[in-house]
Amino acid sequence: MPRFHGQSNHAPVDIVNQLQKQYVDYLTSLFHEGVLDDQFTQLQKLQDESNPDFTVEVATLFFVDSDKLINNMAAALERSPVDFKQVDADVHQLKGSSSSIGAMRVKNLCITFRSFCETQSYEGCLICLQQVKNECAVLKDKLQNLFRMEQQIVGAGGSVPLMD
Amino acid sequence: MASNGLVSPQRRSSDQFDGGDPSPCGSEEVHVLAVDDSLVDRKVIERLLKITSCKVTAVDSGLRALRFLGLDEEKTAGDFNGLKVDMIITDYCMPGMTGYELLKKIKESSALREIPVVIMSSENVLARIDRCMEEGAEDFIVKPVKLSDVKRLRDCMTRDVGDRTSSDGGGTTHKRKLQESFHESPPSSIVSCASSSVPAASTTRSRSPSPSPSPSVSSSKPVTATTDFDFMGFFSIRGKSNNGRHVEDSDQHLNRLKEETVA
Repeated sequence: MPRFHGQSNHAPVDIVNQLQKQYVDYLTSLFHEGVLDDQFTQLQKLQDESNPDFTVEVATLFFVDSDKLINNMAAALERSPVDFKQVDADVHQLKGSSSSIGAMRVKNLCITFRSFCETQSYEGCLICLQQVKNECAVLKDKLQNLFRMEQQIVGAGGSVPLMD
Repeated sequence: MASNGLVSPQRRSSDQFDGGDPSPCGSEEVHVLAVDDSLVDRKVIERLLKITSCKVTAVDSGLRALRFLGLDEEKTAGDFNGLKVDMIITDYCMPGMTGYELLKKIKESSALREIPVVIMSSENVLARIDRCMEEGAEDFIVKPVKLSDVKRLRDCMTRDVGDRTSSDGGGTTHKRKLQESFHESPPSSIVSCASSSVPAASTTRSRSPSPSPSPSVSSSKPVTATTDFDFMGFFSIRGKSNNGRHVEDSDQHLNRLKEETVA
């Protein structure tokens, strides 16, 4: 459904402004914390009336993908002997997709993860796997908050501010 | 499939199976084949390309790409779906056939080697970049891909096609040129190229029984065979007529392509 066409109940301007400010503050904090990087903004720029849900769609694909990859990694690490090459291949994939959506912390964790794959450190890999899992969960949570705030802004008749 | 009533060299013929209405500013768009095994990256590159007014076919492997290009099993003028590909953009690291291997196969094919191939990679390794460029890659983009990367490619491609029309259709690759503005190509030379020999890229499109890109005089070919270059030249002369947001006018067509090519 077209998000930018807005609903007919326009909230008072202050409310829209307030929502927008909260949104900007929240998104800014995500950048400051390193959860997201500029690539996320790049994706937001690709959104428009003809593709109003692009960012949400990409994020959704990311989580479908990352869930699958994380499960694969976990399974591979449970096998004996561990196929570190396989784990590395999956981590490489995750690193790529997290980079593409601007999920900086996940991406950086993947870089560390890969070095443990290279040295074939089982424990290092286990720790990284757990961290990646956690980080993806955190990211999902934060993005859901972000998208919800976007919906609120649009629902109140405003438009979602784009970070520079 | 209504023809646009091909008369002037500037109007492209309807050998593109659009099924859509021509937009007022000239309907034909650049068709890019995107190859990436990552679902997320495919979605992103597809959007990037569409926003720069390209038609996109996205596939998830080198093998599928070759199949789409009609180059598998080497049946030469085999099952070609009639869609001209103006550029191929491929990920480097893919299971099975890597982007590099795909690049080589394309450059080894007389039918396809004129198509510019762009490599994308998350690793910024000079040796890798060099190897790809030596093999004939048009450009190398370090991931994550941004809008500015794709816009740059678009400009290069428009320019390169203009260059190709004025060449003898040899299999030379085009390294990315840094400076020349495509506005510098005078209209007359582009239009006159309509009557010159057509390099291999037209072979890709028309898939005539002889796959070799032998130059031929345009009078022996219908103007349709050359008009994609005319269009490209025309497009570049007019400047960006489709800049900014692209609202698709051939969704069904694209969806059909996607269905055919995805997984």
